[in-house]
Amino acid sequence: MEILDHTAVELSEKIKRGEIRAAEAVEAVFARIDETEEQLHCYVTLEREKALERAASVQAKIDAGELDGPLAGVPFAVKDNLCTRGTLTTCSSRILENFVPTFSAEAVERLEAAGAVIIGKTNMDEFAMGSTTETSYFGVTRNPRNTDHVPGGSSGGSAAAVAAGECFAALGSDTGGSIRQPASYCGVVGMKPTYGTVSRYGLIAYGSSLDQIGPLTKDVRDCAAVLEAIASHDPKDSTSMKREDTDFTSALAEDVQGMRIGVPRDYFGEGLQPEVRDAVLAAAETLRDRGAVVEEFDLSLVEYAVPTYYTIAAAEASSNLERFDGIKYGYRAAGAQSLHPMYKKTRSEGFGAEVKRRIMLGSFVLSSGYYDAYYLKALRVKALIKKAFDEAFAKYDLILGPVAPSTAPKLGESLSDPIKMYLGDIYTISVNLAGLPAISLPCGTDKEGLPVGLQLIGDCFQEKKLIRAAYTYEQGVK
Amino acid sequence: MANVIDDATIEYVSILAKLELSGEEREQAKKDMANMLDYIDKLGELDTKGVEPMSHVFPVQNVFREDEVTNGDASGQILANAPEERDGMFVVPQTFE
Repeated sequence: MEILDHTAVELSEKIKRGEIRAAEAVEAVFARIDETEEQLHCYVTLEREKALERAASVQAKIDAGELDGPLAGVPFAVKDNLCTRGTLTTCSSRILENFVPTFSAEAVERLEAAGAVIIGKTNMDEFAMGSTTETSYFGVTRNPRNTDHVPGGSSGGSAAAVAAGECFAALGSDTGGSIRQPASYCGVVGMKPTYGTVSRYGLIAYGSSLDQIGPLTKDVRDCAAVLEAIASHDPKDSTSMKREDTDFTSALAEDVQGMRIGVPRDYFGEGLQPEVRDAVLAAAETLRDRGAVVEEFDLSLVEYAVPTYYTIAAAEASSNLERFDGIKYGYRAAGAQSLHPMYKKTRSEGFGAEVKRRIMLGSFVLSSGYYDAYYLKALRVKALIKKAFDEAFAKYDLILGPVAPSTAPKLGESLSDPIKMYLGDIYTISVNLAGLPAISLPCGTDKEGLPVGLQLIGDCFQEKKLIRAAYTYEQGVK
Repeated sequence: MANVIDDATIEYVSILAKLELSGEEREQAKKDMANMLDYIDKLGELDTKGVEPMSHVFPVQNVFREDEVTNGDASGQILANAPEERDGMFVVPQTFE
């Protein structure tokens, strides 16, 4: 077996047994990167020397018996909206093209404490705004399963890097589906945890009430191990939750006996690619065969999730992105004679079209005279959506459906019609509005060989049920 | 139902957004925003009378912590990110006449 064929947890076991050196794993990943990165462009920044130095120090700790966790020595990629001390962090935006943070995100600190070796920062839609990784200032990422297609987004670089063997696992962030949808398009596992499970400290904010950091991995075991490593209660993030049940790997059991799984009829209507529908329903059958009680139900309000989301996310983005003003860090436009014109010129040159579109919309819905009609209205609908999920979870342990209406579109087909692109988020977006955990895992391919993703949604704090069901499914189709 | 965004609105919003749009961008922004608002108007179909706006999903409020310094002085590194700095300070263009 080649080094790159191992999952993250398998690799770490081999490293701890002395069969593979941490540095060899880093070398193997960079050998793959040398082969495929020029075409795929998964990364904004790669740090080969730093990774090798880090691998040596991790190896020394493993040899000394100081590091024995399931991720010790594993090469990781980190999405470029997570701050990394001393390493360029751009959000794939011109406005942060030269920003080097003086601190690391709490999730990154946790990962490194677990012995992970970070090898680089992955490409993304600019400020995580997009569903294809095509809005990156640094150019598109291609889908390793078929390079004519997008990898999805916004964590497209992370998903593609895991799928291509350009790392063993990665961190992404999910505001409206940005981990689950690229995981689905690239055929890897991705999870968005319950809001507040992973500290957002050091995650460059897009929609603060929706953003969560989560894993992109080769399989469900890796996903559980990464989530266990990064979950924490962090006083530096006031929305972080105190949880006692973050031993997620304990849920890796093949057991869905009696588990109640609801399949929302509203997720299988118009606009769903038939091959996606068939693959997802076949996955439901697999779980039924393993003892789950699977039934259809009406979730309701599904068509209201996308407009609710874009109102709230744009509002929060317009506020969060005010800080990029060309003073303390990042890009500053040349030639402005006074302060206010400098702000405007800097922001106009520094942000791309999609980011400007959302800042404009957000500024509008928050403006005096429109605040009640748009922003508060969306927050009220959000409460209704949350209630619809509460009612569903009174009956079911999990909700099962597709991740996205189709497999990965071709490059260049999505950006011309923003609303059509936003509608692609219809199955993922309500999960963020309701703060729920959800996992995306591969469940087949379409006739072109592009991966289809299965989405399992849990009630708040029920990641363990998700992991148990996902693991059972994965083992069942192995 | 169809929203029309006029020049005055776009001008006002770009002041709030601190963005300077070119002629072409401005026309596109008028169109995009009108389309999005048409779409968002769908929320008007729902009766939300008496529904409290939900900003966060969990009822976590008033999270306090002691205001203690836990990090060291990183002013040198922080200033290294500034587009322009002098004598330990950020340099900005002229702010008043």
